[in-house]
Amino acid sequence: MTDTTTMSAKELLGFYQEELYEEARQAKIEGKLVCWSASVAPSEFCVAMDVAMIYPETHAAGIGARKGALDVLEVADEKGYNVDTCSYARVNLGYMELLKQEALTGITPEKLEKSPAARIPLPDFVITCNNICNTLLKWYENLAVELNIPCIIIDVPFNHTMPIPQYAKDYIAEQFKEAITQLEEICGKKFDYDKFLKVQEQTQRSVAQWNRIASLSSHKPSPLNGFDLFNYMALIVCARSKDYAEITFKKFADELEENLNKGIFAFKGNEQKRVTWEGIAVWPHLGHTFKGLKNLGNIMTGSAYPGLWNLTYTPGDMSSMAESYTRIYINTCLDNKVKVLSDVISGGKCDGVIYHQNRSCKLMSFLNVETADMLQKENHLPYVSFDGDQTDPRNFSPAQFDTRIQALDEMMKQNKEGVSNE
Amino acid sequence: MSRIETIISELSSISNNPRKAMEDYKKETGKGSVGVMPYYAPEEIIHAAGFLPVGIWGGQKSISKARAYLPPFACSIMQSVMEMQLEGVYDDLEAVLFPVPCDTLKCLSQKWKGTSPVIVFTHPQNRKLEAANKFLAEEYRLVREKLEKILSVQISDEALNNSIEIYNENRQVMREFTDIAANYPNIIDPIKRHAIIKARFFMEKSKHTALVKELNSALKSLPVEAFTGKKVVLTGIMAEPNEVLDILKDNGFGVVADDLAQESRLFRNDVPSGTDPLYRLAKWWQEFDGCSLATDAKKSRGPMLMDMVKASKADAVVVCMMKFCDPEEFDYPIYYRQFEEAGIKSLFIEIDLETTSFEQTKTRVQSFSEML
Ligand code: SF4
Ligand code: SF4
Repeated sequence: MTDTTTMSAKELLGFYQEELYEEARQAKIEGKLVCWSASVAPSEFCVAMDVAMIYPETHAAGIGARKGALDVLEVADEKGYNVDTCSYARVNLGYMELLKQEALTGITPEKLEKSPAARIPLPDFVITCNNICNTLLKWYENLAVELNIPCIIIDVPFNHTMPIPQYAKDYIAEQFKEAITQLEEICGKKFDYDKFLKVQEQTQRSVAQWNRIASLSSHKPSPLNGFDLFNYMALIVCARSKDYAEITFKKFADELEENLNKGIFAFKGNEQKRVTWEGIAVWPHLGHTFKGLKNLGNIMTGSAYPGLWNLTYTPGDMSSMAESYTRIYINTCLDNKVKVLSDVISGGKCDGVIYHQNRSCKLMSFLNVETADMLQKENHLPYVSFDGDQTDPRNFSPAQFDTRIQALDEMMKQNKEGVSNE
Repeated sequence: MSRIETIISELSSISNNPRKAMEDYKKETGKGSVGVMPYYAPEEIIHAAGFLPVGIWGGQKSISKARAYLPPFACSIMQSVMEMQLEGVYDDLEAVLFPVPCDTLKCLSQKWKGTSPVIVFTHPQNRKLEAANKFLAEEYRLVREKLEKILSVQISDEALNNSIEIYNENRQVMREFTDIAANYPNIIDPIKRHAIIKARFFMEKSKHTALVKELNSALKSLPVEAFTGKKVVLTGIMAEPNEVLDILKDNGFGVVADDLAQESRLFRNDVPSGTDPLYRLAKWWQEFDGCSLATDAKKSRGPMLMDMVKASKADAVVVCMMKFCDPEEFDYPIYYRQFEEAGIKSLFIEIDLETTSFEQTKTRVQSFSEML
């Protein structure tokens, strides 16, 4: 076994990501079950049943970041997927199609061969949850039908009125029971409740370490750049119910704290302005967006997106677990959404906000105007918005992004000067 | 004018002028109207309150004001609804019922730009579980409470059960109508068919029922029409504006059945029987299938469409794809593949409420008609 004790957080991140893919490939070879899962679907049930997990959104993000999206997007295109639909879904459905072709013909399609992303096995069943969008329902319906496999659905109804009513939590908790029954059938064995409790506890430890990292961006100057969270996010998605996530996040938080004590900050030189990034990263252009901000002296210290996995609940209490999975800010009314973002912005001591108007993601785009407006009335901070897409590289224009963040930078400067002149 | 023509013209004029329908209702009953956003809101609750439920389906419009609030990749119907909100078109509504079965509607439910109070509720999507019925009945209980408060009325279980019966009768008569209409594709051409169905959104339902019932029996007394054109089934959110239906008509197409969210999906199932009206309404959603907005891991839409084609002896399916509607766009590749496998022909046309140029649709329909 590999000795992980001496690894840096970054090494651990790479190691465990690969490890998870390897485990899934191995499981497939050994005839064990593999499940594809939505990124914020409850992982606890499957992990308790020893099912190997693959997270298509993370996998798609990886394909995007490695500049391999266009090939698979083309496959989805040929299958009739409209270019207007979510590019995570299209990347994954295209990739699935290639895997399916391979399984049927025994020949590896060229595009699959060439794909820069980790190879993943086809699922034996899928699990989805609509706490981040209903697109995940449509996408997973299609996976289930195309592969003729079972689909476990955890439906968390949109919280149009906060706080979350008990009857909504009851409905979700009932679905947890149903998911267990489905799993028992799929796995052909009884559900292991003792192990489930342990997995829940593990999940809480992972989440606690994750939150520890996220909270470090409140320091000024900050030891953490929010862009790092985009990378580490892979493990809160894929391994929060295993100790992989806890180990890696703890290491990273320790490193950051140590840096903080030594006066080593994320921004080499002097961080001048701090921004909140609202929305998903632009994976195919991650470097461009990161450098663009950096060159202007800006650091990202606020993002609500990683907070999606702040899944704190009481192990053993299904209603509390239900609440943690449904209260995600994009599954709540505008007022609550604004409140969450407001805390993110003030927590990160930010000077401005960047909104990613995401061509792929209607849910995370259609309230940006109102959100920005309400927040600005409250905090008087400048904001800009840019057009992008998390995995379809064609929907992002570097020039537009640069112009927008320069404009933001100007406004933030003026704001700061205004304050210091007073 | 024959009785058939008179009825069609009355229903058409109502479907073309909802405002007048609202004013007439007010004159007659002294009561106002409540808006109903798509999709599948329990209109019966409004009916039981004595108010007129009015369907909100946008309209043919150029988009300008809405641009400030919605990016260009929002679906066409919601662009037009947003534009009309900003123009104050809906401000006479006492309230608006707002379901949120897609991501776009979740967002839109939080940004109503008109003055009417908005009542949002969520349909459960793990629909086949009993827990989903309980959840939805509870949502409906809150809808009823909010309506009672806004409208200053009491809505009793008895009144609600009564309204459900009135709606069920309308559903049944509408199913009859679509079946009968398939035998008379010249008299009931695509535009008239649409208008007769659309009038449901702006009339007290028993009145609509009475007219359609009469129409049905008048039609039935005529000999079945010989039809030399092509018979098609429509699927999608809606088949508007009328120019689209005109093109179908001009190319000799007759609509023999539909699977449109604005049309048959609304009445292909009755609200099941029972005593608790809210539970009954909730159960309707559980039994409903074959719509992109009602999650179904089995995706029965394709097989349902194929059955429809068979039953109505249709020559093809016309996919009316609402521009930028992702739920519908996700269903398409699946049923398209199933059609291909079964040898069912289909034509894809884009529904855009903003466009004024229909050349592309025309060309597509023309060449499709030659191919059939
Ligand atoms: S990008 Fe948006 S639409 Fe796509 S899966 Fe994520 S939340 Fe859903
Ligand atoms: S179902 Fe489609 S057309 Fe209707 S509101 Fe949602 S995205 Fe728009």
